[in-house]
Amino acid sequence: MWLVPKQIETLWTLFTAPVVWAAHFLVCYIGAAIYCAKPELVGLSFSAVRAGIAAATVIALSLIALSAWLAWRQWGLGTDDPPHDDPTRRDRTLFQGFATLLLSGLSFIAVIFTAMPALFLTECIR
Amino acid sequence: MGRYFSLSAASLLLASGSAGAQTSTQSALESAGAEAQQIEMLFWVMLSGGTVIWLGVVGLLLHSALVNRRRLAEKSASSIILWGGVVFPSVTLCALLAYALWLMPGLRPFAQASPAALRIEVTGRQFWWEVVYHPPLGPPVASANEIRLPVGERVELTLKSADVIHSFWIPPLGGKMDMIPGRTNRLSIMATKAGLFRGPCAEYCGTSHALMALSAVAMAPEAFRSWLAAQAIPAEGAGASGGALFLRHGCGSCHVVAGTDARGLIGPDLSHIGSRATVAAGILPNTEDAVASFIARSDLIKPGSRMPAFDMLPPDDIRAIAAWLRGLR
Repeated sequence: MWLVPKQIETLWTLFTAPVVWAAHFLVCYIGAAIYCAKPELVGLSFSAVRAGIAAATVIALSLIALSAWLAWRQWGLGTDDPPHDDPTRRDRTLFQGFATLLLSGLSFIAVIFTAMPALFLTECIR
Repeated sequence: MGRYFSLSAASLLLASGSAGAQTSTQSALESAGAEAQQIEMLFWVMLSGGTVIWLGVVGLLLHSALVNRRRLAEKSASSIILWGGVVFPSVTLCALLAYALWLMPGLRPFAQASPAALRIEVTGRQFWWEVVYHPPLGPPVASANEIRLPVGERVELTLKSADVIHSFWIPPLGGKMDMIPGRTNRLSIMATKAGLFRGPCAEYCGTSHALMALSAVAMAPEAFRSWLAAQAIPAEGAGASGGALFLRHGCGSCHVVAGTDARGLIGPDLSHIGSRATVAAGILPNTEDAVASFIARSDLIKPGSRMPAFDMLPPDDIRAIAAWLRGLR
């Protein structure tokens, strides 16, 4: 299982999923904006833009799912219930794992909502 | 004399509100266009969805406060939060979002194989609307403060602004679209019922923003075509005697009246003002009194507009010009 990252104790893992959400949002919006402003520069059809958004969405959702799985592991695989509010190292770790898991859920839904217009829109409208 | 005109102007303004309400509709809930119908449906779906959710939440609140006040076990409380607080809202929002997005291509059908036969260019100005029809055959036809369109035919609106941001919105016919300086926005509407509709400027644009409205007349296609053909040529009344006063007092430096020497481009085109439903951009009934009052005290009727008051003119001249303008049909 060398693919799975080791469990590390840092606050940064908390932000993984929201950062993926932000990156996916920017890729979708900036990509569509550039294509629709200068289609001749990109030289692709709008279907290619939709396919690109689909690929970005699959990648983003996979990364968020991975972040959620790691958070679940940090949370003790669901063996403990919140609130983790004792002033101990264990509770701090569990609390952070649980918070990361919730943020991953939020980011997962947000990425789906961001990508949904590409399901229905078939061309640029200026 | 100034007082006479200011009093009559104020009473006209008061009267025009009720007069307008009887003849034209401005409600998004009385749709008379294909696009507006979809938007109305979207409103009712969202309202119904919101009502069901609100009733559910309030019912649950009352139930837990009045009926069942026993403390829930932590396990069942958690599952209520998971299913009622996370899964249900996510799925519901996803469904409502999908419905709204699914409507969008139909509201903006510009990419379809057959483009709209008629394009109408509307330019927002403080505080009136410049209108130019671009029929598939024949030269463009200029008008102002009123658009007419054929029932059952899709019309493409090209929306621009000459000064500040305005917003074009005829609620019974279609959605709202901003008019932004330096940009060209496009809106599609297709009237499904004949009628007279009112559209307000929907973005604050200055002192007389609330006095900037537009009439929209949906009419039978044949009637529309003969109307447009008549608009393309000078009105019959253009040669009548009031026209000389109109030119002598300088009105022609700001207004166009086809068939005369009046070629000013600062104010609305008045070539066929007599045939419009309203005057002064949708705020006054099209009567001789209203036109005369506007000429005399435009500064009171429409504060901040570029048209100066002409109450220094002899009242008989104002009357004669108003009568002549009313005859431009």
